[in-house]
Amino acid sequence: MTALPSRFWGRLGFYILLLLLSLFVLVPGIWMVLTIFKRSSDLYNAQVDPFLYHPSPTLKHLVYLFTQSPFLTFALNSLIIGVCVVAITLLVAVPAAYALARLTGRWGRDSGMALFLVYLIPPTLLFIPLYQLVTALGLANTIWSLVLVYPTIAIPFCSWLLLGFFKSIPATLDEAAMIDGNSRFGAFRKVALPQALPGIAACVVFAFSLQLSNYIYAATFVTSTGAMTVSFGVPTEMIRGDVFFWQALMGANAVVAIPLTIAYGLLFNRLVMGFQSAEGG
Amino acid sequence: MQEGLPGAPPRAEAPTSAIVDRERALGWLMLSPALLYIVAFVGVPFVLAILLAFSNATVGNPTSFHFVGFANFARILQQPQFLISLRNSATVTLGTLVVLVVLATITSELLARDFRGKRLVQIVLMLPWAMPVSLAAINWLWLLDSQFSPIDWIFRQLHVLGPGGLFGPSMHFYYLGRTDLALASVIMVYVWRMLPLATIIVLAGRLSIPRERFEQAEIDGAGFMRVLFRITVPALMPVLVVALLFTGLLVIGDMATVDLLTRGGPGDSTQVLPYWAYLTGIQGGDLSAGAAVALFLLPVLLAISIVVLRYAYRSEDA
Repeated sequence: MTALPSRFWGRLGFYILLLLLSLFVLVPGIWMVLTIFKRSSDLYNAQVDPFLYHPSPTLKHLVYLFTQSPFLTFALNSLIIGVCVVAITLLVAVPAAYALARLTGRWGRDSGMALFLVYLIPPTLLFIPLYQLVTALGLANTIWSLVLVYPTIAIPFCSWLLLGFFKSIPATLDEAAMIDGNSRFGAFRKVALPQALPGIAACVVFAFSLQLSNYIYAATFVTSTGAMTVSFGVPTEMIRGDVFFWQALMGANAVVAIPLTIAYGLLFNRLVMGFQSAEGG
Repeated sequence: MQEGLPGAPPRAEAPTSAIVDRERALGWLMLSPALLYIVAFVGVPFVLAILLAFSNATVGNPTSFHFVGFANFARILQQPQFLISLRNSATVTLGTLVVLVVLATITSELLARDFRGKRLVQIVLMLPWAMPVSLAAINWLWLLDSQFSPIDWIFRQLHVLGPGGLFGPSMHFYYLGRTDLALASVIMVYVWRMLPLATIIVLAGRLSIPRERFEQAEIDGAGFMRVLFRITVPALMPVLVVALLFTGLLVIGDMATVDLLTRGGPGDSTQVLPYWAYLTGIQGGDLSAGAAVALFLLPVLLAISIVVLRYAYRSEDA
């Protein structure tokens, strides 16, 4: 007799909590999207409902973003840096993760937490010596300084993720390939690597977005507009003193954040699995 | 694998250890690029950061390495911003973690269930983490704008703000313009930003709790709250610690949010160590003093690392 109502209230509570949490997470995003299409006369009118368009919405500011602002320069820089960082990260992290999972014994398999800690070393501790290093190498104020340094963030994270992946692939598959006459490296290339492709795809996403999101290194190494990244250039160059081009700023944010959000969301379960295997299991 | 021919002694000791040795060598070979990269661009800068704090390098002369002892530390300790930054870093980090532990537990509890549209919720939930830090800060800067914040508008409609309102007659909260609210706003932005990561870590632990324990509790007639506090939360304790340490480390090391949201203001009311290190070292040109400021993050990092690693390796032995 009491079972049904309590189940009903439980369900209701569940959906209310879900709604509130989603709202908390989404509010800045909603405001971002609404802002992009607002005319300035509407945006800067505190009297009217900010959630509606008073004169009709406009694409004017999005066009401005792509044609007259330096956003495309920043995007191109971030893209070039991103491709290089992803390539370096994969070349370094994939063999490392396989070695830890299969070849270096128990401590290697258990090194998940240690790897994640390297990822967590605050860049704030390292940015000044890295600035000196980059200056000494003659790379200051170029995008190559960032190509060199960003893999330091991506390699530990991706090795950690791939370690979990390789651990979840049965070692007997590698051994079977070796009994068939392959070397250990051959087994890695022909058996483990194809099995780990979803993990490698996830690493591409994460390596790309980790470099895209970094602010402090870009702020430290780069001063000229031509070498700025999205993360540093947009807030630095698209705000003129007290004049904020809010619609263009929010447009730049949306162009970057929405595709990444979808990519991360689709990889949600992968990330959970990564922590499950790192937490020991 | 010629050793495996029929008739050969099964698994003789010498060849097996030779294979293990060869495997070890290949392992180190495959590991070496990663180790070299980390040593060169994390390990060396890490040591340099410590040395630098005791030298007199500046932006104008970045490779000067004259040992000056504790002069940099003496200089930064004299400045009033130091204690303010230290206190704010602690307040922001602890404040974020307190709120986050509750929210992440609730969120992971919700996501541990099956429901329609779960994939969509997972995507929505990742927004704060996927948005680059600096762009997220700009997004919040606009959301919390002193004149045009839509949140203020909602409060005006609810008659919380404005003439006759609870917080009236002011029409605005000025979230980032008042010392108390500015710090609270920074904390809220961090909670928002870290919720996805914390949820994922806690959810990983939540899904590892054996299902039978919940089923048994249900048979025993335990209510939701009872199950939550008697079974879920105790089982989650170790993961909650990991989640808090990881997110805490990311919060205490971040300078982008404060840089773009408040510039440390109003006054120095939201000044934090990493941002002050940046202002001193790069903007102010005093590299070694900046490194000295950043070095105050080191004990925190070490303490957290030790706890996490001890937990990680102890749980393997158990």
